[in-house]
Amino acid sequence: MLAIKLAYRNLIGAGLRTWLNVFVLSFIYVLIIWHYGILDGWNEQANKDMKVWEAGNGHYWHQSYDPYDFFTLEESHSQIPEILQKATNEGIVTPILLSQATVYPDGRIQSMLLRGITPDQKVVAIPSAELNVELEEIPAIIGRRMAKSCKLKEGDITTIRWRDVNGTFDATEVKIVKVFNCNVPSVDAGQMYIPIEKLREMMQAPNEATIFVIGADAEMSDSVSGWAYKDYDFLMTEMNEMMKMKKVGGSFFYVILMLLAMLAIFDTQVLSIFKRQKEIGTYIAMGMTRPQVVSLFTVEGAMHAILAVIVGAIYGVPFLLWQMKTGMSMPAGSDDMGIPIAESIFPVYGVGLIVSTMLLVLIITTIVSYLPARKISKMKPTDAIKGKIQ
Amino acid sequence: MEQNSLININNLVKRFPVGKGEFTALNGIDLTFETGEFAGLVGPSGSGKTTLLNIIGSLDTPSDGSVNVIGQDIANLNIKKAAVLRRQHMGFIFQTYNLLPVYTVYENIEFPLLLLKMSGSDRKKAVMDALDWVGLTDKIKSRPAQLSGGECQRVAIARAMVKKPELVLADEPTANLDAANSHNILKMMAKLNKELKTTFIFATHDDKVIQYLKRKISLEDGKIVNDENVINKGE
Repeated sequence: MLAIKLAYRNLIGAGLRTWLNVFVLSFIYVLIIWHYGILDGWNEQANKDMKVWEAGNGHYWHQSYDPYDFFTLEESHSQIPEILQKATNEGIVTPILLSQATVYPDGRIQSMLLRGITPDQKVVAIPSAELNVELEEIPAIIGRRMAKSCKLKEGDITTIRWRDVNGTFDATEVKIVKVFNCNVPSVDAGQMYIPIEKLREMMQAPNEATIFVIGADAEMSDSVSGWAYKDYDFLMTEMNEMMKMKKVGGSFFYVILMLLAMLAIFDTQVLSIFKRQKEIGTYIAMGMTRPQVVSLFTVEGAMHAILAVIVGAIYGVPFLLWQMKTGMSMPAGSDDMGIPIAESIFPVYGVGLIVSTMLLVLIITTIVSYLPARKISKMKPTDAIKGKIQ
Repeated sequence: MEQNSLININNLVKRFPVGKGEFTALNGIDLTFETGEFAGLVGPSGSGKTTLLNIIGSLDTPSDGSVNVIGQDIANLNIKKAAVLRRQHMGFIFQTYNLLPVYTVYENIEFPLLLLKMSGSDRKKAVMDALDWVGLTDKIKSRPAQLSGGECQRVAIARAMVKKPELVLADEPTANLDAANSHNILKMMAKLNKELKTTFIFATHDDKVIQYLKRKISLEDGKIVNDENVINKGE
């Protein structure tokens, strides 16, 4: 109790020196919580977008389908089995037929993945209803990224070329009826969506599909012969790994911030030991034991962290709440990193993050305060009183 | 030697390592101090007076001989017991005041009482009494940097006296003060010595202090060359 009382008195008495350290520490608290909040918010938003746009509540993949091997596309489609047809009719799943194709925008050539989708589906957020139009050309929808890379816009007519199940190449014209905004790059980049029935005709693959997406709120995990069930967690593995990597990158930021904070405290404490030798000698002359002096200096250091929590809360809580409400705008082009990213990221602050950050700073501050304070135990009080120690 | 004396020193020797050899700062000191004395260790620089004061104050230990202060053998005291001895029975006054710079006058004087775990109300009364003794009741909220040298030393005296210790050790208390301030604080200490029966031991070579001593112990090269009772201004 005495150490706490004296440490508080010393800190308040030290005025500006204390408040500078406290402000640096509090800034680091707020920055760490905000930074991790942004990453968590990004993670949550990416998970949500992935679920809504692509992953649903899982997939059924044709047994030959391998998303990392385009050569499997030729073989990875077959007739829709009865159980999946029933689920399709009930709106639980939606079939997607995939074909490798080439688009020729303005005479250029560009590879893409042609996706046949049911215009009336409501399982994923892709605006497939836009395909419900009667046109001379085949109606097609593309995402913003695809439109940008092909320099296509709504109303444009372009040529596409594909290969049917017999290996015969053919070409036709499609009209871009919609360019949609989507935060998930894998739904958008290098993809073109046309009505599934049209693609089936083009590929000569009637009533066939490559994958089925299970609705986000639907439950289905039945075993279907010839089709592999991929649950939501499996589909999110890649993205979660990327987010983990982002967090590891963020950890460096975290460590640098912590080092800065600890350097400030350590520096203050080491300077204190030398600047406050007389004071330490006086404490001892007045009857404080050496462990009491060590604990006083340690508590002083640790108290910086506690005061920083209070100061950090004064300006940090309104700032963090404001960020939570308005989000952080992401710069243009930041969604090219391959991870779903919204125009604004809304940070998510967990109690665990806040408490663990506070505890970690408190513990490290206490340790870096203790280390120089330990030097006190080697001081000769007679020299300390006169400030003789170098 | 009287066993009931406040301080008994027998054949005290203190050596300090210097390079590969040793320097003998105190050599065969025999002294006794009774309660209520107003005594001074007098001598030129290097005569050993501060060393002797530090040993009496349990801030240092003898190399040889025995030093018994308020019933405690200094040579055999561990760090904790020495701290308790200083905390409960001694007050220190330093040449450079050694006030805690971030504390107010009140907090500086209150400090020794906090270490004694005295209650808040008792502390307040004791601090106000001490401020009254030294005439600084109007400076209660000032910090040391806002005080003159004389005022700082008066705060240091109040801090040393606030717990009414049996023994106050003052090392060159007037060295940084002008003549008027020196006389003021010496009168103050003489008055407290008389009223509270506190034993004061000074280490000094200042004639102004010597004028007030009731007992003058002269040291030279670590030895006592003279020990006399004197009639002085404090009488």
